[in-house]
Amino acid sequence: MLGFLGLESESELFDAIPEALKVVGGLALDDGQPEPDVVAAMESYASMNAGTSSAICFAGAGAYDHEIPPVVRSLSSRSEFVTAYTPYQPEVAQGVLQAIFEYQTLVARLAGLPVANASLYDGATSLVEAINLGVAAARRPGVWLSSGVHPHWRATAATFARGTGHELTEVPLVGGRSDFDAMDAASAPGVVVVSWPTYLGTLEDLAEVRRRCDELGALMVVAADPVMASVLKTPGSLGADVVVGEGQPLGTALSFGGPYLGLFACTMDQVRRLPGRLVGETVDLEGRRAYVTTLRAREQDIRREKATSNVCSNQTLMAVTAAIQLGWLGTGGLAEIARRSVNATRYLLDQVVKIEGVAPLLDGVPTARDVAITVPEDASAVLDRLAHEGFLGGLALESLTEEGDLSVEPALREKTILVAATERRTRHEIDSFVASLAKAVA
Amino acid sequence: MPEQLHALATSAAPGGRARSAPLMGDDTEPTLFELSVPGRSAVQLRTTGLPERPLDELLPAEALSTEALDIAEVSERDLVGHFTRLSHRQFSVDLGSYPLGSCTMKYNPKVCDTVAGLPGLNDVHPGAPASLTQGWLGLMVELEETLCEITGMAQATLQPAAGAAGELTGLLLMRAYHDAAGEHRTRVLIPDSAHGTNPASATLGGFEVTTIPTDERGLVDLEQLKAALDTDVAGIMLTNPNTAGLFEEDIAAIAAAVHEVGGLLYYDGANLNAILGVVRPGDMGFDIIHMNLHKTFATPHGGGGPGAGPVAVSTRVAPFLPGPRATKLDDGSFGWVTPEHSIGRVHGWHGNALVLARALAYIKIHGGDGLRRVSERAVLNANWLRARLDGFLPAAYDRMCMHEVVVTSSDLKRATGVKALDIAKRLLEEGFHSPTVYFPLIIDEALMFEPTETESLQTLEALAESLERIVQEAKVAPADVQAAPRTTPVRRVDEARAARRLVPTEDARHVVEG
Repeated sequence: MLGFLGLESESELFDAIPEALKVVGGLALDDGQPEPDVVAAMESYASMNAGTSSAICFAGAGAYDHEIPPVVRSLSSRSEFVTAYTPYQPEVAQGVLQAIFEYQTLVARLAGLPVANASLYDGATSLVEAINLGVAAARRPGVWLSSGVHPHWRATAATFARGTGHELTEVPLVGGRSDFDAMDAASAPGVVVVSWPTYLGTLEDLAEVRRRCDELGALMVVAADPVMASVLKTPGSLGADVVVGEGQPLGTALSFGGPYLGLFACTMDQVRRLPGRLVGETVDLEGRRAYVTTLRAREQDIRREKATSNVCSNQTLMAVTAAIQLGWLGTGGLAEIARRSVNATRYLLDQVVKIEGVAPLLDGVPTARDVAITVPEDASAVLDRLAHEGFLGGLALESLTEEGDLSVEPALREKTILVAATERRTRHEIDSFVASLAKAVA
Repeated sequence: MPEQLHALATSAAPGGRARSAPLMGDDTEPTLFELSVPGRSAVQLRTTGLPERPLDELLPAEALSTEALDIAEVSERDLVGHFTRLSHRQFSVDLGSYPLGSCTMKYNPKVCDTVAGLPGLNDVHPGAPASLTQGWLGLMVELEETLCEITGMAQATLQPAAGAAGELTGLLLMRAYHDAAGEHRTRVLIPDSAHGTNPASATLGGFEVTTIPTDERGLVDLEQLKAALDTDVAGIMLTNPNTAGLFEEDIAAIAAAVHEVGGLLYYDGANLNAILGVVRPGDMGFDIIHMNLHKTFATPHGGGGPGAGPVAVSTRVAPFLPGPRATKLDDGSFGWVTPEHSIGRVHGWHGNALVLARALAYIKIHGGDGLRRVSERAVLNANWLRARLDGFLPAAYDRMCMHEVVVTSSDLKRATGVKALDIAKRLLEEGFHSPTVYFPLIIDEALMFEPTETESLQTLEALAESLERIVQEAKVAPADVQAAPRTTPVRRVDEARAARRLVPTEDARHVVEG
């Protein structure tokens, strides 16, 4: 092949690169290794982690240990889905396009809104895009961000606000609900964000949030859990303009936090500000039903510096996986894992509060996903002891939040554990966990 | 072409031709919702032994929906049939060559799927404490060090989930760096050949974009660049090799000029596959770089994602990196550390972790020398294709290219009316994915081919023969080319109708159709 080009050596391929800049003596990396050796090296890393098979998972906070059956793992790993790219040529991408169309339908139904996009990176980045959309629509840079929203998502929103200049103000959580009375209405936010349920599992009064938004002339953004959305009233039906969420519970493994799935749905009024890709149904030359990415004029490759979002790659494989998982769950199954998760978490709570020194963070407040409990000493120390007994016993609120977080009383922050049980937790596992917790705080 | 080489490329064996035509299944596949039959179900859940209580005993009635949310009701057999048939209506790298320029659609070794599926990596909760995730933290530290060696940078964040997320992270770092120096710089320079994500990211980073023209060589116009530089300039975003597939030969002079006014250089790593082990962005003078692990380090593109877009920086930008970062502590264990002047989080957890694990496995398999061979082969393949197409689809710039080549069909369009898009569509019938078309914007009737290092000479020859045939066909029967594709699951789709009569969901179809 070199001869065809009139070259004598590979190095001549790089003659355009100034000699002075070139790497001399090669990269300081190990030599290549055979595949089995690399697998062994990666297994060695894996052996130093406690996955769900070695530590029974009672952690949640947006990432849940739900059942992912063989049929979903098998279909979602089909290489036609895995090794394709963005469907730029719809004639040979109907598989991914139709799967995204089905995914968009399902997300829109969960949100109670008419349109959903083809996915974003994760829940946190969906929130950032929702804020950007809301500010652009309201033409006001102020954002009231409930501290019931996942702390990492709030932190991410704050990072990106450095670039956009959006003015984020956090709303304190009192009794598990956003306390808007603590806010200065004169600051006239363009966007109000709440979580449904909150990251502590509590339920906002969304109708009241909508009323506040109407008073303020603000858009209402709701960060919703997609499993709970199947049994709770949909945010859209209660007046949300934009619904975002973390789609990991829809068939994606815990994966140490990624790749996950950013859910994004909105009203038709906002569809031309929708970030990322959107698939629409149409017909081909012969009138057959076909799918294609549409309203492309919103996107960065066309609008360039005038674009309101820079998203190009998204998380399509996780979106396709979510469509498959939801197909597997079906109408009854999704509601059933929601119910079982709430039921298991409540059973756990009812047992742990019998332990002396353990109490709910918010007594008597119903919770729909996670529940926060307080222990008599540093939460991380208690979790360490539980880890020795074979449990990931929840997450220390201290590790999720910054000091001064408005979602929890400062005195309780270091003593609070966020716990969640899914439909995968058995009575035996929960009872063992409760016994270990009793020992850990004794 | 020398005879011997031609014989090698066109002989029946050895050497596979990575093409796939036609795709199976031109029947329309019903949607999941249309397959639904009330009462069918595939779900099976664990026996828990827990006392079961109905939801209305557990949650307040006013929060609960009064009706079941409609998903679909299908059997496992129907679910498998549906998504398998959909997969048969989808082209992919595993089926055939996918020379989509700028996207580096190389073959992804299957061993990386095994790595991503390992218990202990795949099933780890991201909030688990460092004491339970030493392996993950160690893996991340090794990957960070490796990426820094490959790019010639000091430290990196692995959080950004895709290239565009990396760009925006890089621009926020640029802003933080200047802010810390007490300077409010407002402009970012971007060549007119850049990817659209560059200007979009710059705007979201709070900067104004100044576009720098490309000169007749296909490179940044150095004089125009110098004229645009002043102390308002926060930095420049460059892709090198650029989107025309050409190495920016003046990079040292560009770096000196930008640094002279106190600006930073941002490297868009979209085209990193061209230069592994040959030249490093850090040595070229770049301060901030994002990498597209899904391109360069062969993590599968997933039909549009997930990717991963780590950002590596020079020492002076490192204190601003997002946190927390996996870090080796003094006692030899690993922990999370947030840099002193961190811009904060850019991801809900730690980035697309399983994509990071795949990339590290790929790098370990290749090693330092192997990575250089990847780039040599990628550049060789692109140049072979450039030379092979020269007589009928000439390169936009008549010189050696790097890992991708942009050819133009503007003469053909003038002569026959056949456009670059028509060639792209006709190529689908030949069993190849189309190249990127109409990009970069500065080249008329552009077709951007990136064959990658994983395609064989036989495949390149088959691709070239197909293109030659299409160009001949355009001259004698242009309408045939314009009618393509005809053998794909659907023919050209009505994009205008999709936008005009928006049907983004099954429910919207029912509304639109009444």
